[in-house]
Amino acid sequence: MGINRRDFFKILTAAGTAAAGSARPARAWQSRAPSDPVGCLVDLTRCIGCRKCEEACNRVNGLPAPDRRFEDLTVLDRNRRPDERTYTVVNRYTSEMIDERDQLIPTFVKLQCMHCQDPACASACIVGALSKKENGAVHYDVSKCIGCRYCMVACPFEIPAYEYHDPITPRVMKCTFCYERVQTENKLPGCAEICPVEAITFGRRSDILAEAKRRIKNNPGRYIDHVYGEKEVGGTSWMYLSGVPFEKLGFNSLPETPMPRLAETIQHSLFSYLWSPIVLFGMLGGVMWASKDKGDRADNHKDGGDR
Amino acid sequence: MSHQAAPVKAKFWTPGVVVLAVLMAAGGGAIIARFIGGIGYVSNLTTARPWGLWIGVDVASGVALAAGGFTTAFLAHIIGRHYYEAVVRPALLTAMLGYTFVVLGLLVDIGRSWAIWKPMLYWNPTSVLFEVAMCVMFYLNVLYLEFLPIVVERFKGRVNLPGPLAALNAPVDGLLRLADAVLPKIMWVFIILGVVLSCMHQSSLGSLMLIAPTKLHPLWYTPILPLLFLTSAIAVGYPMVVFETTLATTSLKLDSEMKVLTPLTRITIFLLGLYLALKVGDMVVRGTYVYLLDGTAQTNAFLVELIFGVIVPWLMLLSPAVRRSRRGLFIACTLIVVGVLVNRLNVFVVGYRPPISEANYFPSIGEILVTVGLIATLMFIYRFIITHLPVLARPEQEVRP
Ligand code: SF4
Ligand code: SF4
Ligand code: SF4
Repeated sequence: MGINRRDFFKILTAAGTAAAGSARPARAWQSRAPSDPVGCLVDLTRCIGCRKCEEACNRVNGLPAPDRRFEDLTVLDRNRRPDERTYTVVNRYTSEMIDERDQLIPTFVKLQCMHCQDPACASACIVGALSKKENGAVHYDVSKCIGCRYCMVACPFEIPAYEYHDPITPRVMKCTFCYERVQTENKLPGCAEICPVEAITFGRRSDILAEAKRRIKNNPGRYIDHVYGEKEVGGTSWMYLSGVPFEKLGFNSLPETPMPRLAETIQHSLFSYLWSPIVLFGMLGGVMWASKDKGDRADNHKDGGDR
Repeated sequence: MSHQAAPVKAKFWTPGVVVLAVLMAAGGGAIIARFIGGIGYVSNLTTARPWGLWIGVDVASGVALAAGGFTTAFLAHIIGRHYYEAVVRPALLTAMLGYTFVVLGLLVDIGRSWAIWKPMLYWNPTSVLFEVAMCVMFYLNVLYLEFLPIVVERFKGRVNLPGPLAALNAPVDGLLRLADAVLPKIMWVFIILGVVLSCMHQSSLGSLMLIAPTKLHPLWYTPILPLLFLTSAIAVGYPMVVFETTLATTSLKLDSEMKVLTPLTRITIFLLGLYLALKVGDMVVRGTYVYLLDGTAQTNAFLVELIFGVIVPWLMLLSPAVRRSRRGLFIACTLIVVGVLVNRLNVFVVGYRPPISEANYFPSIGEILVTVGLIATLMFIYRFIITHLPVLARPEQEVRP
């Protein structure tokens, strides 16, 4: 028999022993989230769907003019997603709730990048073009990007959009958290600054989370008891308060585990210090050396055994 | 490495090759359109569906189906079963072309093709894709190096460049002689390195989707996805050799290599069985069998993948009669090859369902043309190389000079 099962198991056993002997205990996964980032709280019970935030975002980021004017509220008849020309959109949802004049009460939902504490997009990006900044913003550096779109595959909120119609220099487009304005000019994000009803509160993440809890406690009838983004995917810098269950507003239920955790744990326990490739190389080298002198003997040209 | 390979003497422009040329031209047209109008111009990719046919077939399946290269190298060179050397060269050529086309496919798929080198400069060690890219890049170079002796064997002492290039004859021959002297001494490093790099990126390719637990259907999303990708790549290695050797020998009317292929696939029973056990075991442990009879497109795709891509060919291979029959063996191996292809497509395309946008995706004509064109080009070059370089085993009756 050429390669028989015994040989196979010998090799497998050797592999197992070598791997077991050299495997270091995988270090527990560590979150790399900044400890006190800034964030925004969106209070959906206050939002009136005026689309001023969309307009401000378009202006401060120098985005292309929209197809229909921002004052045109018929846009709300159809649900939209942020795309490569729009970092943020407002959608309207109607629920069973009725006001004192028997009108259905709409809920408006502003969508943009959540600036996750442990962003899947940044963990996935092959070149580190997306990175979590110390102030909490998830920043995109176009000069590194190769356009692989793995960030889009990874994002649990399906946020990053792509300039699919640019043949040579397309970009990944998503809310920047107005990084320059906030960090160097000391201003508010464009959308938070303009909101006429203070539906968007900007501040330290810890402060606005406390503020969110305070609002729920002071007004339990108005809010459901859940701050979306407090725990989802390990926490996000943008958080939401609502009077209607989030599932009815297009928010997906997400685990509390940060998205990158499993992949990073597996990759790191397998490849930290390249221990496993080195062990494998050594083992294969050993096997090759051991079978070398056999190679000169005639029996190695024997066929593969019974058929 | 003394086995008798020789360039195949056959007419090059057969009707089949003409068909390949037509498909190549169509694919070329689609690629030109992509670089004029952008990815969005030729594809159905969207924000919700950033990866489609190109990643599923050109990249993920291309990498998996090139696994014959490292599995035969392991068999013939590392554990010294020289008996199988007859299939090492064709497998090596398939791997070399396969990976070359992975890179070409990527050049079409990534938005900034000219920036494809940037991962070498900007490292992101948390990114699984970074690890895959690095391994693939190194492995591609290893494959070219492993293939070099075949070129040397053909041209050493016979360099005869046309016209004014003739002045280069002596230097080129000198280089070939140098390679001939040095390569055999260092080749073992590259052979082992090739196996190591393959194990690394074959498994990591499965880790790619671990970052999207809410998007990949639970039938495929499992922490052992990397292990499943590795074992299935190893298991498909020899069937792929059977598949392409049978195709090549049939179309060129050469001897079939049954006396090598039959014992080769005996090993596959064990490897494919291992993969099957892992896959079914994982389904039982995680309780995902509850989805099996959902009747959705996704669960049906899973059933097709498991039944026709793994269970049926495995049962077929168990029978010695099938293993000895050229037709039976070819059918079983084709099922395994297609099964792995379907698995990669399922993980990257069918099983990927963005929960918020729920975008339906079906590849556009443009995407299909690019993929078909690339595969046709691969087959065309394969045929070109085997008619000019000693890759396939020399027909039996001829005696080696
Ligand atoms: S929402 Fe998506 S794009 Fe924004 S930081 Fe999180 S993972 Fe990244
Ligand atoms: S598309 Fe750009 S930003 Fe996104 S993962 Fe790829 S390189 Fe990174
Ligand atoms: S933070 Fe800035 S970029 Fe983001 S939605 Fe608001 S205005 Fe737009």
